[in-house]
Amino acid sequence: MNLLTPDPGLLFWMVLSFAVVFFLLARWGFPVIVKAINERKEFIEMSLLSAKHANEKLASIQAESEKLLSDAKTQQKAIIAEALQEKQKIVQAAQEEAQTSANQMIDEAKLSIQAEKERALQEVRSEVASLALDIAEKVIGERMKDAALQKQTIEKMIDEL
Amino acid sequence: MRASKEEGKVDIPGIIFGHIGDSYEWHIAEGAVIPLPCILIGDGGVDVFMSDKLEHGQTYKGYHIADEGDYAGKIVTAEGVRPFDISITKNVLELLIVCVLLCWGVLGVAGWYRKNGYRKAPGGFVGVMEAVVNFIDKDVAKASIGHGYERFSPYLLTVFLFILTSNLLGLIPVFPGGANLTGNIAVTLTCAVTAFIAINFFAPKEYYKSIFWPDVPMFLKAPLPIMPAIEFIGVFTKPFSLTIRLFANIMAGHIIILALTCIVFVTAQMGAAICAPMTVVSVLFCIFMNCLELLVAFIQAYVFTILTANFIGLAHNE
Repeated sequence: MNLLTPDPGLLFWMVLSFAVVFFLLARWGFPVIVKAINERKEFIEMSLLSAKHANEKLASIQAESEKLLSDAKTQQKAIIAEALQEKQKIVQAAQEEAQTSANQMIDEAKLSIQAEKERALQEVRSEVASLALDIAEKVIGERMKDAALQKQTIEKMIDEL
Repeated sequence: MRASKEEGKVDIPGIIFGHIGDSYEWHIAEGAVIPLPCILIGDGGVDVFMSDKLEHGQTYKGYHIADEGDYAGKIVTAEGVRPFDISITKNVLELLIVCVLLCWGVLGVAGWYRKNGYRKAPGGFVGVMEAVVNFIDKDVAKASIGHGYERFSPYLLTVFLFILTSNLLGLIPVFPGGANLTGNIAVTLTCAVTAFIAINFFAPKEYYKSIFWPDVPMFLKAPLPIMPAIEFIGVFTKPFSLTIRLFANIMAGHIIILALTCIVFVTAQMGAAICAPMTVVSVLFCIFMNCLELLVAFIQAYVFTILTANFIGLAHNE
């Protein structure tokens, strides 16, 4: 049996065909397949990564919008409170102003009434004096001498009344 | 075949060794023989003819098939001299079939990727090939060699698929298969020589230093180079063990299946009472052995590849 001695013919064909097959496959076969597998692996990894990033981004956007919303709410509250305060202030100021102007007007009215009264009193007094003089003249029947002195006397009398 | 029936006796060794050896024609069944071309380079130049010219001991162009002697079963000249014989024998044809299948399969799959790109998911045969290629590339080559594995990956893939295809074709009993290719020492020797080249010819300087001047106590390497001698022998025993392991495993599988099949013919002469149950036993054992051989076909291809990858890895990372 020559099972353990390699046959030269088969050896020849084996070396030749193995070399050819190896050359063909190593050049145009396996690199293409391995490259495609690696590229697909990279593509899948990249897709997973970008999906993760997108998720994270979405979560951050959500958080941001929530924060924005709550911020807006607090701001709104503050604005409303401020506006209420302002309103109260304005109302108070208006009230105070109205009060002051009313008081002023009353004071002025009082003053003018006083002045008017004084003047009226003055008029009445002089009228009364002249009336009294006239009446006294009529009563006496003659003209009094020294009218001015008479008038002074009468006014003194009125004051004493 | 050489299964001659002498006085009703079945020549079991003849049948078995006829099947696991090589032959100049492809015997399918009684009367169905495919003649194969013989290519002989002798003193008188190149001779090419079909093997049926030499059937039944005929002589053609001064050549005949020797019956006995060192070249029994081989083509020799009238003087018993063996020409340089590169005939397309049964094993050579099987080898060519394997090569064509490999090229067609792998280049076809590569073509699919060229056409469809990596964004389309493959199915069917392309999917299977992708899984196999990825397995050898990542889990064998990358895991064993590490950095720089890309240089060796195509070789490991080629040798794995070559051995696997040959093993599986060897299990098919009829024409496109059945030859004992990976159970032939010439084939496994060539595979091992390629492994030897892949292991040693691309190794860094440190690898050769570790062989000829290893890091051991001085008295182990001078004046008597004990360790260098052991390491040097180890360089050759590694591929040698690859040769013998694959060859012996596949040949043994073929022998067992053939022997189990022969039970039917041996017991046929002993009467129906023995033959019938033994036939059942034979068939059951044959089914079992074929399943086992299917497993062995994968295991041996994997073992050859991963050992080669490990040897390459050791040479690069020492």
